[in-house]
Amino acid sequence: MIRVEDLAIVLPGFALEDIDLQVNPGEAFALLGPTGAGKTLLLEAIIGVVPVTRGRILIDGRDMTGLPPERRRIGILYQDHALFPHLSVAENIAYGQRYCTSALPNLEPLIERLGLQRLLSRRIHSLSGGEKQRVALARSLAVAPSVLLLDEPLTALDPNFREDIRGLLKTLHQDTGITLLMVTHDFAEAHFMAQRTAVMNRGRIEQVGPVDAIFERPETPFVADFVGMKNFFPAVIAGNDAVIGNIRLRCKARGGDFHAVAVRPENVRIRKDPFDAGTANQLAGKLRRMLNRGFYADVWVDVDGLSFRAIDSRRRLSRSGVAEGETVYLAIAPEDIHLMREGKADAESARTSGKARIRE
Amino acid sequence: MNKHTDDALPLPPPGSDRRRVDPFLGIALAASAIIMAFVLLPLVEMVVQPSVEDLRETWSDPDVIRAIGMSLYTSGSAALIAFVFGTPFAYLLARKHFPGKRLVESVVDLPIMIPHPVVGIALLSMAGRHHWFGRILDQLNIQIMGTVTGIVCVLTFVGLPFYINAVKTGFEAVPARLETVSRSLGASPWSTFFRITLPLAWRSMLVGLIMCMARAVSEFGAVVIVAYHPMVAPVMIYERFTAYGLKYSQPVAVGLIMVCLVLFLLLRWASPRKDGTA
Repeated sequence: MIRVEDLAIVLPGFALEDIDLQVNPGEAFALLGPTGAGKTLLLEAIIGVVPVTRGRILIDGRDMTGLPPERRRIGILYQDHALFPHLSVAENIAYGQRYCTSALPNLEPLIERLGLQRLLSRRIHSLSGGEKQRVALARSLAVAPSVLLLDEPLTALDPNFREDIRGLLKTLHQDTGITLLMVTHDFAEAHFMAQRTAVMNRGRIEQVGPVDAIFERPETPFVADFVGMKNFFPAVIAGNDAVIGNIRLRCKARGGDFHAVAVRPENVRIRKDPFDAGTANQLAGKLRRMLNRGFYADVWVDVDGLSFRAIDSRRRLSRSGVAEGETVYLAIAPEDIHLMREGKADAESARTSGKARIRE
Repeated sequence: MNKHTDDALPLPPPGSDRRRVDPFLGIALAASAIIMAFVLLPLVEMVVQPSVEDLRETWSDPDVIRAIGMSLYTSGSAALIAFVFGTPFAYLLARKHFPGKRLVESVVDLPIMIPHPVVGIALLSMAGRHHWFGRILDQLNIQIMGTVTGIVCVLTFVGLPFYINAVKTGFEAVPARLETVSRSLGASPWSTFFRITLPLAWRSMLVGLIMCMARAVSEFGAVVIVAYHPMVAPVMIYERFTAYGLKYSQPVAVGLIMVCLVLFLLLRWASPRKDGTA
């Protein structure tokens, strides 16, 4: 179990503040956020190479805050694998064993499991990206760490190796029940690997919860943008209506005090001709821009001074005959309009704060 | 698919002149040739001028042997001192960020910029009886003026930056993450240094040692102020030149050139390879 209590790390030009986090025993937990959000810094504070300004870090109930890294028993897997280039595969894997005071795990099943038997005498530079990552994984597991931290372990891999390592990590976690804390900027990765996640932005945690809950019910404009709700508007909510400027949208009322709405681009339907008369939330607007994304296209439509973003397959778009500069019709189902408490926040910063985006 | 596009690359038209030298490359080659000649000609000239008889006579002269030996001994000692004190310092500079780091790095480089006699004068003024530091040295029975200690002192002074900069670069080339991983696997900072950092950076340390020593062997200006005797090779060359002329100084110079050549061949041999590992 990992517990981070009221942690703060103040560095020149950057600060982590008010970090409270609990990763339960055996849980896989993802720290999500764009580049520069402070995820890796938090990870390195947990390992013990970055001194903390305030707060505590507990592993399995023991306060580790002042302990050096070698006494924390935390494994780490970096995206660039950080293998020791002057040692062979076998020497890398066995590196930490001489420091192990507790019972050593048997290396053979681990090596077999990770498919490394035939690589043991190889030098590091002769391995492929996927092989390197498996060696790094074996090296960290060889000392039986109480928790394993993963710093974007899949980012640097080729797509085919990525599938491979991702599946391996997942089954390894399921079989061994080791506590996992992973850092990623890829929501799809978090969705696949983790049960719960925390979304970080500018050194703070914006929202913590089950992955699905964050995907479906983001609480801040930043998180909404991060999980792909690209249409964010401050709004006045009255009963089943959301009023955005001159536009009135029908939505599904929930109990609570709401000041904004957010809609996924994939839930904005777009057509050249008007929808049937009974269709809810039908809007007419001008197609300002269409951006080709391969199979899909991003479309921006100006409606009464507001810019809506929609995504559709290029095939459907071309078949319906929509074109830049022309009038198009949009429709949004009431259940796809997500109500949010925060109305004023920094949606702009969310939009510009990084390459980190959900894979669409 | 790639192969396909490669095949499709247009070939130069037949008959185009491939032997025409690019003017940029031509100028670069000419500049290189001038520099090579500028460095090599005087040295070659000096090596081939003395007769074999002169050389044999000079090299059997015990004074000459002693001077070259003294040069090697003192500059080797300087390199050793740089190694002991410079290695942890270089590690600190490579790994830590602190306010005023740029200033500290400039201080490390100072000995490169200071005129060499000034180094000797500065050291002597510190070591004199009128200075508190000199009085401490005196009580410890340490003499600077005209001693091997004095020579090693100035040689360390002029050689240190070369060692520290080379080793710092070597440490910087070892990713800090390797050390983090090593620590997370249970290794102490000492163990991590000796099992990870040192094996990956030893080549730079060797290069630093040789650079430092080579710099020290060639020092004249600072040494001659602190100690005319015991005589190191550069001082002896100067003495023979002023007392007897070119003909007598050349054979000693050839000896020193040979020694320097061996040092630099060692340096080239030990320089970091492309993969950056030992």
